[in-house]
Amino acid sequence: MTNGHGGLPASPGSDSTPTPSSIITGEGLAAGYKEKVVWRGADFAFGRGEFIAVIGPNGAGKTTLFRLLLGLQKPADGSIRIFDSPPRRGNPRIGYVPQRHVIDSDTNIECLELVRLGLSGKRWGFNPFSHADRDAALAALESVGASELARRPLGALSGGELQRVFLAEALVSRPDILLLDEPLSNLDLRRETELLHLVNGVVCSRGVTALLIAHNINPLLPHLDEVMYIANGRVATGKPSAVLTSESLTALYGVQVEVLRDPHGNVAIIGVEEHHGDMA
Amino acid sequence: MSIDLNLFGALQYLWSFEFMQHAIETGTMIAVIAGVTGYFVVLRRSAFTAHAFSEIGFAGASGAILLGIAPTAGLLVGSILGGLTIAALGRRAANRDTQIGIVLAFALGLGLLFISLYRAFDTAAISILFGEILGISSGQVLLTAIAAVVILVVVGVLYRPLLFASLDEDVAEAKGMPMLFLGTAFLLVVAVAVSFAVQVTGVLLIFSLMVTPAATAQYLSRRPMWGMLLSVGIALMATWVGLLVGFYTPYPVSFFITTIVFSLYILVRMVRWGMKRKAPRGVGPLKSS
Repeated sequence: MTNGHGGLPASPGSDSTPTPSSIITGEGLAAGYKEKVVWRGADFAFGRGEFIAVIGPNGAGKTTLFRLLLGLQKPADGSIRIFDSPPRRGNPRIGYVPQRHVIDSDTNIECLELVRLGLSGKRWGFNPFSHADRDAALAALESVGASELARRPLGALSGGELQRVFLAEALVSRPDILLLDEPLSNLDLRRETELLHLVNGVVCSRGVTALLIAHNINPLLPHLDEVMYIANGRVATGKPSAVLTSESLTALYGVQVEVLRDPHGNVAIIGVEEHHGDMA
Repeated sequence: MSIDLNLFGALQYLWSFEFMQHAIETGTMIAVIAGVTGYFVVLRRSAFTAHAFSEIGFAGASGAILLGIAPTAGLLVGSILGGLTIAALGRRAANRDTQIGIVLAFALGLGLLFISLYRAFDTAAISILFGEILGISSGQVLLTAIAAVVILVVVGVLYRPLLFASLDEDVAEAKGMPMLFLGTAFLLVVAVAVSFAVQVTGVLLIFSLMVTPAATAQYLSRRPMWGMLLSVGIALMATWVGLLVGFYTPYPVSFFITTIVFSLYILVRMVRWGMKRKAPRGVGPLKSS
């Protein structure tokens, strides 16, 4: 269980059928602190090779979920387990792409270096010329279609290019779980689609479980296995078809919410003040 | 004054003076440590912090002179205390500007008081503020050598984690790297490097070795390893040429070092600007994905 999966090129049939053994589970989970709970009552079980969207308004506590998974924060209540043990900081089986706004435009360091640090940045000592690291970093860049960015300076990349490099940095250590915090913000529609295809490719070909925080669920719908909808201090998890309904979201928000669907399968959520999933 | 055009002869003549030997030895070691630590100073955008260390060190050095202790000891104590304080203040350099500025101004005022309490006001203050590379004792050379070895070893051990933490703080933290330790260790390394570099450049010109060469190098190379070597190379070249020219002219060495690194920086920026205008971004080998 510890070594078998990260390096496998493909795990057949993992793209839609939930595996019996879940690798991430939450039971009665509450996030925040004793006196100020951000959300509570989350129950979920995600298997290998699942693609999960984490959706909700600003400040609902989506990033807090990631902090719990990364072991940077303790649950306020309930339990959360990854590979059957509590989250711990620095778990090498988790790849993480934090929410970022910009990278300084005068950062004149090549992308390859950042990706390589994703693999060996934790190691002490001075070994900048390791060929194994370099090859692994190049392979990671190639796997996200960013080989041509290897020598480009980080500061000169566009938003979409930067997201691909961050994705390579997260994937270079061959993690089993991928946490992506709003990777689609600042991307235009085409780049958005491209990045989602990449993530989905990784999910399918490597059997990686990906959790992706997003504002707009529509571009994600074709790829998703599960949705985790966080709002109003509560969490609803399940298949998109089950969670994205008027009944389920009305229950979640506690006010009347309508979920409308257009002929292409896009959803629009009406009745929520601060909204994000509208058809633009 | 006649300027000897035979370079080898000029160097031989220069080396025959003990004070010049000390200056070249110390200058060389300091150029190396300033170039290496300066690379991280620029990468982490901690230039202001480095400057603050030197001015806090100024208070320490002038206090030491007043008490009759070696100024380097005062510099070290001052800047290390400054480093620990700044590390304790918080993690993100951007939020520390104000606090650093406040402490810096107070330290400078304190140093001024110490210096004015001391009789030989002028020479002491000038040498701390602007460097005194031509008055270095053999004891100081040895001390600088020890400091240089310590700094290079520490930077060598911290290299990859520090580079990672500097480039991608959020991911490094999520990976469980000891950010507070790394930040503090780095600030202490800079504090020690600054304390010694002050011998060459003085408190006020510390940027000329700690910041300008590294900033120039970061324009020239996209790989940290090469950037660091270039940074050292520029600092070395400026120090050596500065010493050579300073020896044969009546003007201060620090002035020449500052002028050389500044000219090089401007030159590199101008060349890059020219290249960018010729070939705008995006032009290059385009591979299909």
